[in-house]
Amino acid sequence: MTAENIIEVENLTKIYGQFYANDHLNFSVKKGEIFGFLGANGAGKTTAIRILCGLSKPSGGKITVAGFNVYNQTEQIKRNIGYMSQKFSLYDDLTVKENIEFYGGIYGLNNKTLRQKTSDLLQKLDLTDKQNFLIKDIPLGWKQRLAFSIAIIHDPQIVFLDEPTGGVDPITRRHFWDLIYEAAFSGITIFVTTHYMDEAEYCDRVSIMVDGKIIALDSPDNLKNTYQVDTMNEVFLKLARQKIN
Amino acid sequence: MKAFKGFVIKEFYHIFRDYRTMLILFGIPIAQVILFGYIITTEINEAGVAVLDNSKDAVTREIQNQMLASGFFKITAQLSSETEIESIFRKGIAKEVIVFGANFEENLRKGEGSDLQIVADASDANVANLLVSYTTAIVQNYNRQQMADMQIPMQIEPRVRMYYNPELKGVYFFVPGIMSVILMLISAMMTSVSIAREKEMGNMEILLVSPLRPIQIIIGKLMPYFLLSFVNAVSVISLGWLVFDVPVNGSIVLLLAESMLFITLALSLGLLISSVAASQQVAMFISMLGLMLPTILLSGFIYPTENMPLWLELISYAMPPKYYIIIAKDIMLKGVGLRYLWPETLVLLGMTLFFLIVASKKFKIRLS
Amino acid sequence: MRVILHLLKKEFRQIFRNRIMIPIIFVMPIMQMLVLVYAATFEMKNIDFGVMDADKSITTNEFVQKLSASPFFNLKATSNNLDEANENLLNDKVDLILVFPENFEKNLVRDNKAEMQILINAINGTVAGISQAYLGEIIAEYNKQIIAEFYKTNVGVGQNIRIQAQFWYNPELNYKVYMVPGILVVLVTVIGMFLSGLNLVREKEMGTIEQINVTPIRKYQFIVGKLLPFLFIGLFDLAFGLVIAKIIFDIPMVGSMLTLFIMAFVFLLVVLGAGLLVSTFTETQQQLMFVGYFVMIIFILMSGIFTPVESMPIWAQKFNLINPMYYFIAALRMILLKGSTLADLQYYFYSLLVFAIVMIWLAVWKYKKVN
Repeated sequence: MTAENIIEVENLTKIYGQFYANDHLNFSVKKGEIFGFLGANGAGKTTAIRILCGLSKPSGGKITVAGFNVYNQTEQIKRNIGYMSQKFSLYDDLTVKENIEFYGGIYGLNNKTLRQKTSDLLQKLDLTDKQNFLIKDIPLGWKQRLAFSIAIIHDPQIVFLDEPTGGVDPITRRHFWDLIYEAAFSGITIFVTTHYMDEAEYCDRVSIMVDGKIIALDSPDNLKNTYQVDTMNEVFLKLARQKIN
Repeated sequence: MKAFKGFVIKEFYHIFRDYRTMLILFGIPIAQVILFGYIITTEINEAGVAVLDNSKDAVTREIQNQMLASGFFKITAQLSSETEIESIFRKGIAKEVIVFGANFEENLRKGEGSDLQIVADASDANVANLLVSYTTAIVQNYNRQQMADMQIPMQIEPRVRMYYNPELKGVYFFVPGIMSVILMLISAMMTSVSIAREKEMGNMEILLVSPLRPIQIIIGKLMPYFLLSFVNAVSVISLGWLVFDVPVNGSIVLLLAESMLFITLALSLGLLISSVAASQQVAMFISMLGLMLPTILLSGFIYPTENMPLWLELISYAMPPKYYIIIAKDIMLKGVGLRYLWPETLVLLGMTLFFLIVASKKFKIRLS
Repeated sequence: MRVILHLLKKEFRQIFRNRIMIPIIFVMPIMQMLVLVYAATFEMKNIDFGVMDADKSITTNEFVQKLSASPFFNLKATSNNLDEANENLLNDKVDLILVFPENFEKNLVRDNKAEMQILINAINGTVAGISQAYLGEIIAEYNKQIIAEFYKTNVGVGQNIRIQAQFWYNPELNYKVYMVPGILVVLVTVIGMFLSGLNLVREKEMGTIEQINVTPIRKYQFIVGKLLPFLFIGLFDLAFGLVIAKIIFDIPMVGSMLTLFIMAFVFLLVVLGAGLLVSTFTETQQQLMFVGYFVMIIFILMSGIFTPVESMPIWAQKFNLINPMYYFIAALRMILLKGSTLADLQYYFYSLLVFAIVMIWLAVWKYKKVN
């Protein structure tokens, strides 16, 4: 690991039978940046993110996360990352407070830290008076912000967000991104997949994936310049069309 | 109509693609028929017997040999004193101990009569009873051989004829029962759980806003299960016939028609459960406790309802499978027709109508 | 250790918050005890019989009277010809028919033996067999009486073997004594296997398992956290069921409760391991339920809970060597009814222990955090 690269990926490949879900991906993520991982549904984003989190083994490639390789050091990786997936990962039948305590507990926080973190978190998210509500009874936007906060409760170096804001309106998304900036400001590296192009604008750098391959990787401004368009959405459409032709 | 057709096809794909469930669905009836067919017999095979032989002479040896030769018994221990009996039973080594009195052969020859004691472990009452009566029969048979030349006093000799099932095959009785269990399992249980699942996952709402009419949705959901159930009923009947020679003495058409009636009844029960259950787990446990248990236990499937306490016997009259089992076994084994079975058929018909009406009422309320 | 405590806290919260769990934990044992024990009985109380008596003699009359006097047999119909008798059998009015031919009494006196026919509805073979055995006993009794009188009047004829039978542990041959332990096994198995399996598959369905997998939690911590709650519930339900059995059926409990719970503990490990194992290769609760039902029905039917192992074919008896339920039910009956000690039950204990180790090892091995 070079001093500033926290994720290094060389020739990451994942094959299901004949199908290349990830086809020789190469990229690296710098410490403290917000890295956007863009692509249409089915482009292979979730596959890649699951490999980086140690949930799935790659078919080939040299991949390190926080200095550990994903083949045999997955447990060390897990200690240093947070993860929030598109499929909802809080327990519906536990309350807000119980969810925080549970996840904090299995990350091994001691009781004192856990109590402190819980009350800070409830305050920050404005959930103090709703701490005894069951998760299924609070709105989706709040659930997402809570899930994110829980994903970084153990102060990881990196947090992976797999389509974290699916199904909510742009204003709620904006609120969510405020939390992301705050986390990034405190030094956590953010690795986020999305297919909302307005979110891509918020990232420091984005990679764009089509059919299992990365076809572009740069800062949003540079990408817009290169393709001479005004929005990331147009960049994406142009690239996608290029690929089809 | 086109939308409906598409929907039905989707439902079929949905079910038939889940190969695990399909495997189990076809595996269950086959395994059950085979298990019941082979396992449940009224005979005794190689039951463990211990012997305490205080005489060790030719006669006691001969009686032991005859016991072994019968195939009912296997001698698992030879004891040397009465005190060992207790520990033999406690360790589960034998189910019966035979105690030959001292001077067995001698006493017999002298005409004083010798003593034979059978001690049975009656923690399993039925087996104990059977073992004692088998042993008694073997010993009495030995007696009779010895007395062959003697004038035997007046005896009543029963000639037993087993009607409808001369070899006392368990499977004859179980095939109709298994059919009712399978039909309940697929039609009622699977239907209720799968509709509850759609509700839990939120798919039901998507369907309800589609141009399909609620009745079409219900029919589309139920059709695959109807077909599956029917195929399974047919396969149980054929399996019973091919492997165990379980006959269909009556009209097969009538049997299949009655089966369809019962499937419809079970489907409407499943629908009813799914309309009151909020989650899969709830649907599952209502089905388990409310349908499967009664179907297996209170329908006369294994245990005759006449032997139950009155309150249970009364409950059993409310169990739809009871009537289906009577119908199926009478058609198959006794070969009778509607002339005998119209009361049961009428009850099933009435129950079906009742549940259909209640289920559709409940469903409509949920929808609006 | 602290991680496991957090897991346990969460599991118990979820279990007790789930409205369906309380009825399962408390109502199921009661229901099973009341319904199953009363329903699952081959104790024949009401054998309805008919008579077709072509002889109409004192002997036949006496015999029918004797039969009706027995608590098991009820005279339901007398018919004048065979067709009428068959009709009664056909519409289930009677379970069996005694047919006395003409000259029955005359033959008995003249030839010293007379034949009678017994027609039994054998659709349920088990019931038919038991009815026949009961009837046979009464006939044998009747014959014995005749013999006894014969010996009295014919001094000098040699006596033969006198048979005396004793029924230990359950002299009244009470069927419930046999059934209750069986029902307890079913109860513990259902609780252990379905609850643990459903719980895990539910986490899969909801997606929360991913979130757990991405934490540094150890495999053994996770599995212990998942199994312990259901181990407690299973043991609790066993105790609850035993109390009900004692109160309602006054089942003998000769052996030590400690021995019983030690065996139950090991058996529950097997069952929980099985639930866990099934959950690793199923994706939905529905699938788990069907796979679980399928496996369970086979093991229950073969184990001797409902029908005695001794009446199964030899291959089925051999199969039971790999059936954990067979060991547990046998051990449970021995402890409760005969007071067997752990030393008596060594073989059963070690067999169950091997199953527990193998099953849990398999489940842990199949359960992967990475795919």
